[in-house]
Amino acid sequence: MAFRGVDYYEIGELLSDEEKLVQSTVRSFVEERVLPDIARHYEAGTFPESLIGELGQLGLLGAFIDGYGCAGMGPVAYGLILQELERGDSGLRSFCSVQGSLVMFPIHSFGSEEQREKWLPRLARGEAIGCFGLTEPDFGSNPGGMLTRAQRTKDGFVLNGTKRWITNGDVADVAVVWAKLDGMVRGFLVEKGTPGFSARRIHGKFSLRASVTSELFLEDCLVPETALLPGVEGLRGPLTCLNSARYGIAWGAIGAAMACYECALGYAMDRRQFSRPIAGYQLVQHKLVEMLTEITKAQLLCLRLGRLKESGRLRHTQVSLAKRNNVVQALHIARMARDILGANGITYEYPVARHLLNLESVYTYEGTHDIHTLILGQDITGISAFE
Amino acid sequence: MKILVPIKRVADPDNANKVKVSADGSRVTSEGLEQKVNPFDEYAVEAALRLTENGATQSREGEVVVCSVGPKDVAQTIRGALAMGAERGILVDGADDAMDANVIAAVLEKLYAQEKPDLVVLGKQQVDGDSNQVGQILAERLGLPQATFANSIELADGGKACVVGREVDGGVLRVKVGLPAVITVDLRIVGSKAIANGITPATHAYPDAPRYASLKGIMSAKKKPIAEHTIASLGVTEAPRIEYLKFELPPKRAAGVKVESVQELVEKLHSQAKVI
Ligand SMILES: Cc1cc2nc3c(=O)[nH]c(=O)nc-3n(C[C@H](O)[C@H](O)[C@H](O)COP(=O)(O)OP(=O)(O)OC[C@H]3O[C@@H](n4cnc5c(N)ncnc54)[C@H](O)[C@@H]3O)c2cc1C
Repeated sequence: MAFRGVDYYEIGELLSDEEKLVQSTVRSFVEERVLPDIARHYEAGTFPESLIGELGQLGLLGAFIDGYGCAGMGPVAYGLILQELERGDSGLRSFCSVQGSLVMFPIHSFGSEEQREKWLPRLARGEAIGCFGLTEPDFGSNPGGMLTRAQRTKDGFVLNGTKRWITNGDVADVAVVWAKLDGMVRGFLVEKGTPGFSARRIHGKFSLRASVTSELFLEDCLVPETALLPGVEGLRGPLTCLNSARYGIAWGAIGAAMACYECALGYAMDRRQFSRPIAGYQLVQHKLVEMLTEITKAQLLCLRLGRLKESGRLRHTQVSLAKRNNVVQALHIARMARDILGANGITYEYPVARHLLNLESVYTYEGTHDIHTLILGQDITGISAFE
Repeated sequence: MKILVPIKRVADPDNANKVKVSADGSRVTSEGLEQKVNPFDEYAVEAALRLTENGATQSREGEVVVCSVGPKDVAQTIRGALAMGAERGILVDGADDAMDANVIAAVLEKLYAQEKPDLVVLGKQQVDGDSNQVGQILAERLGLPQATFANSIELADGGKACVVGREVDGGVLRVKVGLPAVITVDLRIVGSKAIANGITPATHAYPDAPRYASLKGIMSAKKKPIAEHTIASLGVTEAPRIEYLKFELPPKRAAGVKVESVQELVEKLHSQAKVI
């Protein structure tokens, strides 16, 4: 079985049989079940909800977790899953990143045994949806400044605050909410329907239109003692989750880039202007070559990142480098593809404008491009440039 | 119930236009093309899995053994079927060129004798060779009843027989075959209600397609056994009866012509294409 997709350096050879089988299965799923309908969802601004059960059945939700009904795949297989999903749409990949890395991962890593047993199997099957509430209206890149507070009472904790830009916020059955308790960031599992907890959809997005984004409101919201994630204190909690999600995003961006490159290449071969197909002009060839080169580099970065993760040696700054590079390159590739398609490039008929606009969110969330620059800058110089 | 499903890998049919003929015309080359399980064989695996499970609870209620004859790397094709849910695999090592339908049927005859399944379910044909013979030759060699081009299978007589719907010109022919039997399947066998095994509730509707291998399936397939044989070690001495003389690609189609007016089109259809 070969690697399916752009593979100029034959990196398929570096994958195990099972990694290839996973990739090929998810690719078929995306081609048969996602691509036929995704543009319509994008235009309507809806998430393809009917796919959630199938994602669960295939085992794509929390695939890296061992036990609790999850498959226990290695990091490279997990990366390939997200790559193939994002080849479909960044919104679909976001759904799986949030459910897996930002909800199931903290419950698995920091939760009590009861919390794990209560939530993980249902989240894995897609019977329950989760969301991750870190960002606030006034605290995005600087989550440490968050205003959301938890106060201990005799019945548990009372939460107050607002979270914004929360993927799946108003459809979630459980929200992982980060709030300060006695000045220390802690995680809480807040269930849908808890009095004092409400969510509102954010409309009017140009980007990630096939994904739900919401605001969460916590107004004297009382949660029981058992809502607290016991295993972690401080910003390390949310940042560990983000690190897992960013790892997946670095892979996912390759999927969006491959979709744009393949579309642009095919289009350039067919489209004739002046004397020949536009693929025959040097300027167009230059663009195609740039795209292919950056995809190949991104693939090698991710594969190495995955093998480091597998051996337990991955540093979070290495993930920052790949997220930063791969997303910005995918964005460049999407823009070049958009250009090559001419007027057709701005329509829903072709996937490139959809990917281009999606990638604008991917560039911003999970640490903006520039925040990752600062993380890396601090790592190599020892000097923080954040404040 | 135990079912034997022979499967074969073929060059990805979506890339059929990239298949080439070797310079001397002695063989078809598909080097560099992606190999996939033959689509009809994948339908056979799906049908066999549906026959041996409770589709509603997803519990296994029988055994599906998948076998493939070919070079060692067909193990990956077998793993794909194990990942879909089949219990075990058998790999019979043999070069693709040294086989025809008769040799394959002779190999399957030996495997049948070893495994003693209740059913052999095959794809109706390979999408590369398109010979559509293995199932029929196998049934003949084994002296078993056969039902070809199946688009539905219903277990009957307390599991002692199958009622099979067969795709025939202009309709469906229903036949009843006693078990053990050989069945070859057509596309519509993966229809949502095409299989009735008396275990899966009649209200259960499958998707109209073969299942995807789930990640858990892929993980557990790693641990499932694949037994290995060679054509010789099974005691098969048959040589291919079909000799290929020469392969040629179809002639390139001449470029089409553009017409200026309806009148010219009608005129050309009449005088050149001679269709009106
Ligand atoms: C579609 C979508 C889905 C999202 N989903 C979630 C979710 O599920 N959960 C969640 O918690 N959050 C989510 N987010 C929020 C996301 O993580 C934040 O948008 C992101 O962290 C950036 O924060 P901000 O938007 O407040 O931008 P700001 O932090 O205000 O940044 C604006 C600009 O200032 C720059 N900047 C900030 N600080 C510095 C500095 N020190 N030096 C130099 N430049 C700086 C940034 O790089 C950026 O260019 C989502 C966002 C989007 C768009």
